Formats: sequence, C-alpha cells, structure tokens
Amino acid sequence: MVPVPPAAPDPPVAPVPPAAIATRGLTKEFGRRRVVDAIDLSVPRGAVYGFLGPNGSGKTTTIRMLLGLARPTAGVIELLGVPVPGRAPEVLGRVGALVEGPAFHPQLTGRANLARLDAADAHADPATSAARIDAALARVGLGPARDKRYRVYSLGMKQRLGIAAGLLVRRDMLILDEPTNGLDPQGTREVRHLIGSLADDGLTILVSSHLLSEIEQVCTHLGVMRQGRLVAQGPIGELRAAGRSRIRVVTVDHGRAADILTGLGAGDVRHEGTAVTADAGELAPEDVVAALVHGGVGVREFGMVASTLEDVFVSLTGEGFDVSG
Amino acid sequence: MSAVSAWVRLLGSELWLALGRRRNQFGLAVLAALPVLIAVAVAMSGSGGGGGPNFVGAITDNGIFVALAGLAMELTLFLPLAVAVLSGDTIAGEAGLGTLRYLLIVPVARTRLLLTKYVALVIESLIGALTVAVAGVVSGAIAFGLPPMTTLSGSTIGMPEALGRLALAVAYVTAGLAALAAVGLFISALTEQPIVAMVATTGIATLMWILDSIPQLDVIHPWLLVHHWTAFGDLFRDPVFTDGIVSGLWLALGYVVVFLAAAVAVFSRRDVTS
Repeated sequence: MVPVPPAAPDPPVAPVPPAAIATRGLTKEFGRRRVVDAIDLSVPRGAVYGFLGPNGSGKTTTIRMLLGLARPTAGVIELLGVPVPGRAPEVLGRVGALVEGPAFHPQLTGRANLARLDAADAHADPATSAARIDAALARVGLGPARDKRYRVYSLGMKQRLGIAAGLLVRRDMLILDEPTNGLDPQGTREVRHLIGSLADDGLTILVSSHLLSEIEQVCTHLGVMRQGRLVAQGPIGELRAAGRSRIRVVTVDHGRAADILTGLGAGDVRHEGTAVTADAGELAPEDVVAALVHGGVGVREFGMVASTLEDVFVSLTGEGFDVSG
Repeated sequence: MSAVSAWVRLLGSELWLALGRRRNQFGLAVLAALPVLIAVAVAMSGSGGGGGPNFVGAITDNGIFVALAGLAMELTLFLPLAVAVLSGDTIAGEAGLGTLRYLLIVPVARTRLLLTKYVALVIESLIGALTVAVAGVVSGAIAFGLPPMTTLSGSTIGMPEALGRLALAVAYVTAGLAALAAVGLFISALTEQPIVAMVATTGIATLMWILDSIPQLDVIHPWLLVHHWTAFGDLFRDPVFTDGIVSGLWLALGYVVVFLAAAVAVFSRRDVTS
C-alpha cells in the first residue's frame, strides 16, 4: 500500500492586517458648513503619517471623529480594523492621543493628572499605576517636573504631558494633533525626536501640523487637507516625485531660448534674471539641450531644478503652510 | 481586575478630585460654620423664641435642635448652591477645561462616566448634609448639652434614638439634594460652561422655593422638589409622621429617573467640541 503523501499544505496566506486608520467618505457638517468633505484616509500600520493642512482645513475635526468625540455626518471609520464610533470603546484603549492641545487640571501635579486618567481606564492595572505613570513621564522628559502643579508648566511641558498621557499603557497607535503648536524650535525638535523614537518602537503615528517643515523629517507618509478635502496622500517619496522639475537655462538669447522651449511644448516659460525657466513636463533634458544648441542659443548654464516638497504642497493647497485662517 | 473594583477606582478619583479642590473645602467649611453661628448667636442672646424657623425656639432646651435648624436654613440656599457648584463641575467643568475629551478617549464609556459622576455627586451631597448635622450637634452639645430630647409632639426620647432619627433626617435631606443633583447633572451635560450650569441649577432651586411660597400656586406645590425638603422635621414627631417624607422620596426618585435619563440621552450623542 502506497502511503498517500500528505497533501502539500496551502501556502499560508498571511492575513492582510487592516490599515491602522481607514475612512471612506468621511464627512462632517456643522449646520450647513461642510468642514470635512468625503475624505478617504488610509494610514498603513507602522507609518508615521503627517496630516497636513492650513489651520481650519478640517484636520482637528477629522481627528475628533477618529477618536469618537464627534459623530460623522456621513462616511465610515475603521481604527485598527474596528468600526468607530460604533465599537470605539474596544479600540480606543489601543490608541493614545493628543487632541487640540493638552488639557489637564491646573491644581494637580503632572503625576496626579496622569493618575486621574489612569484611574478612569477600566483595563489599567492599579498595582502598576505608579510605575507606568513615572515611566511615561520619564519617556517625555518630565521626570524632574512630575510633582510640580500643571499650572506652572511651560507650554512645551504641557504638550509633553499630553503625550505622556497617551503612553500610560501599551498602545498600537498614537494620534497627535499639532504636538508642536506654540513650541520654540528647541521644543519642536524634542517633540520630533520623541515621535521618531516612538515610531522606532513600532507604533503607528498620525501627527497633524499646519507646518510641513516641522514634521517632514519624521514622516513616512503624508496626507494633505485643503478646505475639508484630502487633496493628496501617499508615501512621502511618491509625493515628492509628483512634483514637477523645471528647466533652467542661463543665456543671453532670452527670446530665442524661450521660443525653442515653447516650441518643444514646455509650459510656463518665464524670464528670471539671466535665466529662462520652464516646466519640464515629460521633456528629457538631453533633448532640450540639443534643441537649444541646434537652434543657435548660446547656453551658458543648463539645469533641471527639482521642486521641493514645500512647492508640491503650496501647489496642492494653494497657499503657504504658515497661513492662518 | 474586576469591573466593580475598576468602577470604584473611577469613583474614588472623582471624589478625590472634588474634595481636593480648595474651593470645595472652603464651601464645606462654610456649610459647617452656619450651625456654629446659630449656636453662638442663640447662646449669647440667652433665649430661643422669636419668629425664627421651627427649631430655633427649642434650641436652648437641647443642642440637637442646632443641627435641625442648621439643616432647615441651609436647605434654602447653601446646600442647593453646593450641589449646583459640584454638578456644574462634573461635565461642563471638565468640558470647559478640555479634560473631558481626554477622559473619553482613555476610553471611558460616556454612560459609565456620567453615572459615576452622579454617584459621586450623591456621596458629596451626603457629606454636605452630614457636615451640617455634625457641626450642629457638636456646637449644640457644647452650648446647650444633649439631654433626652422632647419631640415636636411633646414626648421624650433618649439621645441615642434622637441621633438615630437625625441620621435618618440627613439621609432624607441627601435624597432631596440627590434629586437636585440629577437636574444639575443634566444641565451640566448640555453646556461647556460650568458657570452657566451652576447658575441655572441654583436658579431652579431658588425658583422652586419662590413658587412654593406663593399660596395661589398650591396646585403645583406637590411637584416642587423643595416643597418636601423640610418634611425631615416629621421624623421628630411621636409617632413619626411619614406621609410627607414618603411623598418627598417618591418625587425625588421621579426627578432622579427623569433627569438622569435625559442627561444620558443628551450626553451619549453629543459632540465633544471643547
């Protein structure tokens, strides 16, 4: 009797872990004003997602809905695969958050404020409370100030206490709304370092800001809000590549160079000092140089200038990032 | 950790937060001061009598009446004011401060938070009423002694029984304040400004006292919470006259059920935007 070889097991299909945050058609209206307009957020696990947009573009309202603080007018939210706000209590324990600035009882110390939040957590072990509180405070560098009243904390310390509140228990995700708001450059750098080190621990982090420059360095992904709409999102490299390069030709034959560039189909031809610039579009630089030389333009310098991420965002949002509104 | 001990931990945190506030400690001291003031004033003038509240006349006979007079007087303003201030702190206060959003994302289920805060309010009401009674008994004992007590019906009961009846009076007063606390909690759930909630709750208690004092409106008197509050005096009749107390308890229960349900309905759907 020939033993039947065991059937080759199906190759294990790794279940695709649900995205850390996924929304579809997420919309919020206050009266007739549509503050968040049908956005489809997609934050992969392990990402540091920069949630960018000018003040008033709907970032904080979106974050409030993600955390079950406000109800969507329409659309669905899944946080770590769990629908919110329907089953929010199941998943919020895995999410730490700073929403619209820190808020604590001014008469209590940093430690007492965290003890209060820990007491509210039905799943937190009271036996380890003190140790977890001190560890969270140490993590954000507030160890020496833990017994000072919140009232005397500097703005930077308040922000860091807010982050510490998100670290009281083990989390899978942090949602940080404008954690660098109002901080000086030193404080901003510290918060950025903290975000980087938390991301190294494997946490998924969504961090919002109205200033690209403050968070660009730590982000792996970006999403850009403009007037309630999510106008772009994706890995930071893709967004950077989406920016167009510009041709820059330094020459004395401005008119002729401009004519040739226009003839090649380059858009937005401009005279800038000694140079002529134009959108490169799909044009290969070697073809452009050949055409210019062939056309008798005296080329002194030639270059392709890649647009910066900032340029990409200015074009997406239509305004600078430090515009308040 | 069991669900019960987790809940007790949250309740403890609520009480600790309220009782740890300087403003509330000061308020408690004010509640305690009034019975002392009554005892001192009556002792200095050397006689009860006069047109004061029912109990004042009997104070010189027995110190326990200081506690009863204190409760009767403080129910008109100070005790309702204390309940209004504390209930204003519960939701509106935390919303105004911004701490409400951080509590909710811990997460704490909204109904659980609301009901825990209500239980804390009831315990704080009890502490308030008890403070008045204890301050009254102590200052009354020092000024007038605690001989066997002559009830309002003229019979005499021993001090242990009198203190037992005083404990029942404190419990009854607490029930009335707990009903007002349910109203206060509901208002607190409607607003993000604690001052608004405090003024509104105090205003409602005061308005009920005013309506209760207008004889032409006697049709609505049985429905006014405060109308029944002074019925605790019936505990010091012999035999105890329970009609007023029982209807007071039923009305208080009705207020608690209606306003707690309304508070839960409002708060569980409200957007927290502060």
